[in-house]
Amino acid sequence: MKKFVALVMTIAMVMCMALPAMADGAFKIGFIGPLTGGAAVYGISAKQGAEIAVQEINEKGGIQIAFQAEDDMHDPLSSVGAYYSLMDWEVQVINGCVTSAPCAAVAAEAYNDRVFMLTPSASSPSVTEGRDMMYQICFTDPEQGKTAAKYIGENGLATKVAIIYNNADAYSTGIYQGFVAEAANQPFEVVATESFSDDANPDFSVQLNAAKNAGADLVFLPIYYTPASTILNQAKNMEYQPQFFGVDGMDGILTMEGFDVSLAENVMLLTPFDLNDPETASFAEKYMTAYGTMPTQFAADSYDAVYALYDAMIACGVTPDMSAAEVCELLVAYFPTMTFEGTTGTMQWDASGAVTKVPLVVKIVNGAYVTQ
Amino acid sequence: MSFLTNLINGISLGSVYAIIALGYTMVYGIAKMLNFAHGDVIMVGAYISFCATQYWHMPAWVSVIVAMAVCTVLGIVIEKLAYKPLRNATSLAVLITAIGVSYLLQNLALLIWSSNTKNFVSIVNFGNLSLFGGKLIISDVAIVTVLCCVVIMLLLTWFTSKTKMGRAMRAVSEDKGAAQLMGVNVNQTISITFAIGSALAAVAGVLLCSTSPVLMPTTGAMPGIKAFTAAVFGGIGSIPGALLGGILLGIIETFGKSYISTELGDAIVFAILIVILLVKPTGLLGKKVNEKV
Repeated sequence: MKKFVALVMTIAMVMCMALPAMADGAFKIGFIGPLTGGAAVYGISAKQGAEIAVQEINEKGGIQIAFQAEDDMHDPLSSVGAYYSLMDWEVQVINGCVTSAPCAAVAAEAYNDRVFMLTPSASSPSVTEGRDMMYQICFTDPEQGKTAAKYIGENGLATKVAIIYNNADAYSTGIYQGFVAEAANQPFEVVATESFSDDANPDFSVQLNAAKNAGADLVFLPIYYTPASTILNQAKNMEYQPQFFGVDGMDGILTMEGFDVSLAENVMLLTPFDLNDPETASFAEKYMTAYGTMPTQFAADSYDAVYALYDAMIACGVTPDMSAAEVCELLVAYFPTMTFEGTTGTMQWDASGAVTKVPLVVKIVNGAYVTQ
Repeated sequence: MSFLTNLINGISLGSVYAIIALGYTMVYGIAKMLNFAHGDVIMVGAYISFCATQYWHMPAWVSVIVAMAVCTVLGIVIEKLAYKPLRNATSLAVLITAIGVSYLLQNLALLIWSSNTKNFVSIVNFGNLSLFGGKLIISDVAIVTVLCCVVIMLLLTWFTSKTKMGRAMRAVSEDKGAAQLMGVNVNQTISITFAIGSALAAVAGVLLCSTSPVLMPTTGAMPGIKAFTAAVFGGIGSIPGALLGGILLGIIETFGKSYISTELGDAIVFAILIVILLVKPTGLLGKKVNEKV
């Protein structure tokens, strides 16, 4: 009897495993990102965004997508392990990785194996450098810094600017460097440059005091929303009310549990992700229904990545039986020529893999983004 | 004026360190062990207070009491399950167990509350104190933090010198064997010490997160290590030492950050600790053995 049960279960298991593979005519898109650990919030968002895109495409009919997500715990070594799991699954293209350091590690392997990668959110220039098969959906960090400096200068938002950045984080430092380089050409003066390093709950009273004493009327925050929420809170406690100007890492602050939204009133931030846009709104609605929260920019970037990959594969005449290397050569030739309309804007790529799209500045008014 | 602002910020930060350091120092004094899970009890306290105000809609002061109650029970349970069976084991085994408990608490918090950071809502909201025509602003949280620290310190001093249980604690810390022979229940005394230390950790967690509101499973780790430093700095085992060490550490950290370098703030703190320990290996107030708890 036991043997029989074991046999039935084995057959059932084999059937289950064989089923997705039997759905013939499906592109195999892999995903790598942190689904557990400290950076899981980004990886899970990106995975969920991609799943919405996969679901939409599969519902439409035509060539289907088989999607497999692997966890890298925001660790380069685990990320390479996740990549090999995808290779065993005979992946055709990869949507990933979500974070920069693991992405650079995987891209080095994928470059040798000739596997095309499109990262939704790894924004460090080190990810794409010297690798023709690596493309980005998000801005590179220095580019974002430059855009912010230009916007502040051209719109006369401030005369004295203070910067608080995380010097232990490549993302934050990259934006900071781009900002400072462009600030030299702009009519405002950088009066205070303050930094901090990674910490679970840093104290910003010192940095804010320095900004206040230097008379800064705008504080530029090229950091993620978690430390930014502390800064807004502590600035209120010391009754310092400059204009705060954030970057795309600030997105998500309004949905942070327990955050007093009134603290973020009038904060401006740079984001390519505009919920007031109808196409984006429809994505946001689906995401809300499926996962019960509003999508973050990571989700939107990853959603776009799946569509960009799918569109490019269709346009190049890729078939589900092609190997990753064959797909890679077609996409490497096609990507620099394509124009893609996504939820995060209209995108074009140059051969280096960096994206060009128009960033959007929004201001938080009554707890919602208002396009400037 | 910026000097005064920094001084006040330093004292406020130092008061939190001092309250946490009390937990380290009392447990060390009685059980001769370093309870590295103490920092994570702070985190649990902050989460409980957060849940109480946000999900169960309790008033802020009730949430603090709930957090203290939960942490007290947690402290006693940790002691009973993890440390009591190792009462006669080598100190290294106890230390490793404490680190294990610390990771256990962090990962449990990750399971229960997920890795999404929560924004702690300050429990103090009576408005800032504005002096010298708005030039010097003292935040309400800072005032409450310093007051809490002073009150706790006075209560503890009274408790250890005047009550029977407090005297039993001092007796156990001085000589466990002799105290047992004199009829002091050593196990009960150790449990009470853990209970008090953990209740204080809950208060520290709430105050810490009211000042810098980011709440995640690793929130307690760094303040825990800094408070441990403060306890060693002031002389581990000594209650006034924890107060002095905590406040000094807070002031040094704030001044180091504002006048030397924000990046080197932590490095300066630990460098000063090394110098003090080289000059005075028992810490600032470590020699007064009779003040041990």
